[in-house]
This record gives sequence, structure tokens and C-alpha cells, in this order.
Amino acid sequence: MPIEVNGKSLETDEEGYLVNLAEWEPEIATIMAKEDDLELTDEHWEIINFLREYYDEYQIAPAVRVLTKAVGKKLGKEKGNSKYLYALFPYGPGKQACRFAGLPKPTGCI
Amino acid sequence: MSESIKKLMYLNRRAPYGTIYAWESLEVVLIGAAFEQDVSLAFVDDGVYQIVKGQDTAEVGMKNFSPTYFALGGYEVTKLYVEKESLEERGLTIDDLMPLTWEDEDDDWAEKDSIRLVSREELAEVMAGQDVVFSF
Amino acid sequence: MSELHTVNKSPYEKSSFDSCVGYAVAGSAILLMEDGVYAAMQGGATEAKVKSAQGVKFYALGPDMKARGLSEDRVIEGVEIVDYAKFVDLAEEHSKVVSWV
Repeated sequence: MPIEVNGKSLETDEEGYLVNLAEWEPEIATIMAKEDDLELTDEHWEIINFLREYYDEYQIAPAVRVLTKAVGKKLGKEKGNSKYLYALFPYGPGKQACRFAGLPKPTGCI
Repeated sequence: MSESIKKLMYLNRRAPYGTIYAWESLEVVLIGAAFEQDVSLAFVDDGVYQIVKGQDTAEVGMKNFSPTYFALGGYEVTKLYVEKESLEERGLTIDDLMPLTWEDEDDDWAEKDSIRLVSREELAEVMAGQDVVFSF
Repeated sequence: MSELHTVNKSPYEKSSFDSCVGYAVAGSAILLMEDGVYAAMQGGATEAKVKSAQGVKFYALGPDMKARGLSEDRVIEGVEIVDYAKFVDLAEEHSKVVSWV
């Protein structure tokens, strides 16, 4: 189902991930979150932006375990644990946050 | 528990863009890393071309996946064996390769080299000690 | 009646390059592309073969070299680096194209 943003219709795959990640804009995350009954806070954005930077550097979406460790290193131990990340993204920090960030489904996410 | 940890080696023998093997191997390594086994990668024959630095695919319209090798450390894949003879045969040295490292969480995130330059003889020994070798 | 030969396989994995060089007569040209560009690099097993091919002009496709991280200053002497437009010109200039795949 395509996602409508700012008058454009962007293609997504059968699981709701953006097909062309170059088309991403912050609005998309807000819209996707609303569909999941989530209101994005600064804490959400911190992770979404982290994921975009990770993708930019490594050209893959990280597995949850890898994301957790990397977040812990960059943003502090209190954020680098699955309890914190799952509280923000109840459907999984890998799957849900990557989708909001316009990334493909994480490599290593089965 | 330790008995269930297997030594897995991914043997990479193909150049990166002419065929899909190199990228597929990398994807399997990343997916397999979730199972917390003792993983190592070996770069042999044209496989050494996979980690040559300075790759830029902008003009050929393919995805440049060479940055993804830098992600391996975060996946706790820290042993990358590169065969000396294969480099030499191709006029390459270790300085032509990407400086791949991993950060040791138990050592205050100290950066350590992932690449281990080995002779064919040494690599053969490492290979003989593996439980499984996946060939790409 | 001159020929343009193209090689798109690695000289270390397939015999395409060796066969091509063996069949290229004086006055013909060899274009290295895709994984074939590895044959254009100095210091490898192909250098002597490129240098001893009498009267054969070698070209290597620049975009394929860049993709593989091969820098122009490491190319064997006498090999000319070309872009896609020049590739088309070469194909037109020669009476036929022989692909060594």
C-alpha cells in the first residue's frame, strides 16, 4: 500500500517498508507512527536519526542486537538496552524504527 | 553451552561486482551472526578484491556494498583472514585493503584490526580447524 | 577488418583473457570491462602478457575500474582508460566486436 505524504504517493513493500529510501522525509515517520498509534517524541527521533546515520555509514539496517550495542555506545548505557528501545518502539526497535526511518528491514531480522 | 558453539568459516573467492556471490556471502554472514557462533571470514583468490579500498560504483549503477564490511565488527565478526599469496599474485598489498577494525567492548572500546594477513599454509591450518566452511 | 575484443571476466578466475590475447592479431584492440579490468593492473600476472602483445591496443573501462577501487595510476603502461562514449566509438571504428565471456 503506498503512503501519502505532502501530495506524493510513495511505494512501500508488503510489510510497509519504503521501497526507495531516497524518498524519505521526516513526515513519513510521523505518518507511519500515527498508523501504529504512536506519537513521536525526541527520544523516538534520536533513534530514528541514529538508524539513518547507521545506514548512511554501513549501507545496511542493523540487527536489533547490533543496534542496541551501538546505541549504548553513542547515547549511553541507559538507552542501550532492549527495555528502553522496546518501550519506544513496541513492535521492535529493528522492525518498527527502521520502517519509520525509511530503511529496509534489518539484515539479520528473520 | 560451549559445546554448541561451532566454528564457522565463510570462504570468499569471487570479485565483488561481476557476480552476486560476494554480496550474498556478506548478507548470510550478517544474518548468521545472530546465532552467536565463532565466525571467521577468509578472503582468497579474487575474494581479496572484495575488500579493496576506494570502491566507487556511482557510474556503474550498482550498490557499493564495500562500506558494509565496516559493520562486521559491530556484528562481532572480528576475524578476517586474507591470504598473502592471493594478494601478491594480483599485485596488491595489505595497504590496498580497507582498514577494517572492530571495537573491543571489554577493553574500553579499543579499536583493533580485523584483518589477519596469513599465508596459504597458515590459512589451510585455520580452515582445517573449522566445523563448517561455507564457500562463496 | 580490425577487431575489437572485449573481456569481462577476471583473468584469475577464467581463461577468457588469456584466450583473447592469444587470438588478438596485430592491429586489433582489446577492451577490458567489468571484472576484466583487473587484467589492466600493474604488478599482477597479466602485466607481462599485456606488454608482450605486439601491435594490440589495450583499453580499460574507467567506470568499472572505479567501482572496483582500482586507481588510474596503477594501470599497466600503454593501457588507455575510456568512458562509455569512447566504448561506443571503439565499437563503431572496428569492423566487428568479439566478446570473450
